[in-house]
Amino acid sequence: MTDHGHSSHQLQLTEDGQLRHFLTLDGLDRQLLTDILDTADSFIEVGERTIKKVPLLRGRTVVNLFFESSTRTRSTFELAAKRLSADVLNLDISTSATSKGESLSDTLLNLEAMASDMFVVRHSQSGAPHFIAEHVTPGVAIINAGDGRHAHPTQAMLDMLTIRQHKGAFEGLKVAIVGDVLHSRVARSQIRALNELGAAEVRVIAPGTLLPRDVERLGCSVEFDMNRGMKDLDVVIMLRLQKERMEGALLPSEREFYRLYGLSSDKLALAKPDCIVMHPGPINRGVEIESAVADGPQSVILNQVTNGIAIRMAVMSMAMGGQVADRNRKQSEVVQP
Amino acid sequence: MNPSALPNVATLKIVGGRLLDGQGMDAENAALLIRDGRIAAVGDAARQAKADGTINAEGHIITPGFVDLHCNLREPGNGQKGSIASETRAAAHGGFTTVCASPETSPVNDSGAVTHLVRDVAACRSPIRVLPVGALTRGLEGDLLSDMSGLASAGCVAVGNGGRGIRNARILRRCMAYAKTFGLTVILHPENAALAADGYAHDGLVASRLGLLGIPEVAETTAVMEMILLAEETGVRLHLGQISSARSVEMLADARQRGIAVSADVAMHQLLFTEDALAGFDSRFHVRPPLRSEQDRLALIAGVREGVIDAIVSQHQPHDSAAKQAPLAATEPGLSTVESVLSMGLELVARQEMALADLIRALTGGPAAVIGRSARLAEGELADLCMFDPAAQWTPGPDSIVSAGQHTPVAGKPMPGVVRMTLVGGSVAWGSQPE
Repeated sequence: MTDHGHSSHQLQLTEDGQLRHFLTLDGLDRQLLTDILDTADSFIEVGERTIKKVPLLRGRTVVNLFFESSTRTRSTFELAAKRLSADVLNLDISTSATSKGESLSDTLLNLEAMASDMFVVRHSQSGAPHFIAEHVTPGVAIINAGDGRHAHPTQAMLDMLTIRQHKGAFEGLKVAIVGDVLHSRVARSQIRALNELGAAEVRVIAPGTLLPRDVERLGCSVEFDMNRGMKDLDVVIMLRLQKERMEGALLPSEREFYRLYGLSSDKLALAKPDCIVMHPGPINRGVEIESAVADGPQSVILNQVTNGIAIRMAVMSMAMGGQVADRNRKQSEVVQP
Repeated sequence: MNPSALPNVATLKIVGGRLLDGQGMDAENAALLIRDGRIAAVGDAARQAKADGTINAEGHIITPGFVDLHCNLREPGNGQKGSIASETRAAAHGGFTTVCASPETSPVNDSGAVTHLVRDVAACRSPIRVLPVGALTRGLEGDLLSDMSGLASAGCVAVGNGGRGIRNARILRRCMAYAKTFGLTVILHPENAALAADGYAHDGLVASRLGLLGIPEVAETTAVMEMILLAEETGVRLHLGQISSARSVEMLADARQRGIAVSADVAMHQLLFTEDALAGFDSRFHVRPPLRSEQDRLALIAGVREGVIDAIVSQHQPHDSAAKQAPLAATEPGLSTVESVLSMGLELVARQEMALADLIRALTGGPAAVIGRSARLAEGELADLCMFDPAAQWTPGPDSIVSAGQHTPVAGKPMPGVVRMTLVGGSVAWGSQPE
């Protein structure tokens, strides 16, 4: 029997504890998460320069391998790679190879033959980046850009960076995640990150139909009533709710969801006065969040977007560094008797 | 190993081993005489008898040959995954002398013609007994009754729906009533299709953490309850295949106490592994029903120990490598297990979770009774035997597995128990005489 944290740890970290791939936050300790945030902090300044480039990935080829479309995430990964001076290839696989019946393994072999150094993978199935990381040639880094309902670790880390910028530290923070936790890969990664970084309390606020089984055991408390759940909050993270899930068996209507779980000014007033409001975007105004709140003084939604580029630069450069160190170590092991 | 190393002779004597059948026979340094394919004598009478050949079984355990109620042989129709020849050879390697062939073939075994085909191929190419299970519904679609009369007369020992559930309770009730007409046992895999939906993992902590689509325990238990009630009403003999949850064991025990003719089996991997096996997205452990919680695992073991669960099956499902080389959700469910069932069971024995006699009973007499047969070490019984060395180890892997499917749950792991010889009707189906 395997332990998830342990197996992910082996897969995504080198023997020296450096990032080799970035698949999930499971198995990554507080020091490494803090290193990612610190590295990202140092990259924020790059975006403020006239010439927004550093040479860390010069000569490297990064392939954005999106099996599921996502303009926003793909664009920030592309921008991050370009600011690191990498050559970037964007592949929208959902409309090409696999739709012709090619297996993921075969697609991967073809792309590897193009001598890529890094794949940024978005896939509708949980675990797809793990599968790719297990089968890819050594030396090629895999970055998870969101897989099924499993993980979206860069999104969670950019949220952590945003929280740290506004709150200074995680200790003592009370954070709520509101909405469609069941289908959210971001929520799972956020719960893990907040627990590891020392938040005092993580609450999920959602109706029973939108919560995974045994969600408390992931490291959070559950609150069905949003008015109660908003009490004493330092941070409220709204989740995106796919409109196609509104009707039918999960929820009776958009209107009811908004009434019960939408973030209005009234509900926000129940939290601490300096509570920040976050949302991974794209926002459904009037469904998850009131426009006045989304655009209001407590909203940090646009900071999240800016931080997304810095976090992705950090993770890409660290994973590439880990791959290089790994290769150098293995080569030296071969040379030495 | 060379099956021809021991000439098949009219009378054969096995001496020096431990005879164990889990049904009362447990004798050290025993003797057993085989004549004309049957056990002719046990004990002193066997020791003193003359025989054409003698096997020295010192250090070995001799049991009735294992009987598998659920084995996928893949033929006809799925030659890339395995064949009757390859998978029965693998089964013999695992100590099985009888396998019930799942109707999930292509075409489905829903007519006497397909049953005859399976039996004819098995007669030519299988070293062990192959007993076909016919389809309960046409094409296993769950809509129309199959030709059960034809299936029975062609040699099907039971009818079932393979690994598939039947969505419509009205049709299931009619299936049971029709099977009762021909005295056929109905083997059903309890799963409520609507509750299982597109899930592929136990709906528990691991699925929540990894974002895997869950199959809740109630997908099984609601189906178990429905099947038991319908069996009670129709009076058919019901066998529940591959139950996976603690609640199912409880419900089964209750039904039996009420006198309902219901039996059940569990797949060996359910007794050894839990949902945690999926934690690394390991597609080998994508099985259906899914591996459940530790509490369920322990209840299933207790069910076998107490005889509430009659049989342990391999639920052998050989696949080609492409079927397992994909992200978890896109892989096909099933494990290649028929060769490692005994070893996995002995691991449970080594952990003191199960007594050896209970394990052997659940692999032999228990499943045999479900299909109206017996498997004991007693005079007059068929000489279908398994002889294994409990102290020896082997490591399942490409070099040691005979099955066309290589995705065994214990690949690369040294496992206890090596089957040295499998005898079917007194003839060597696998192995050779120990030196």
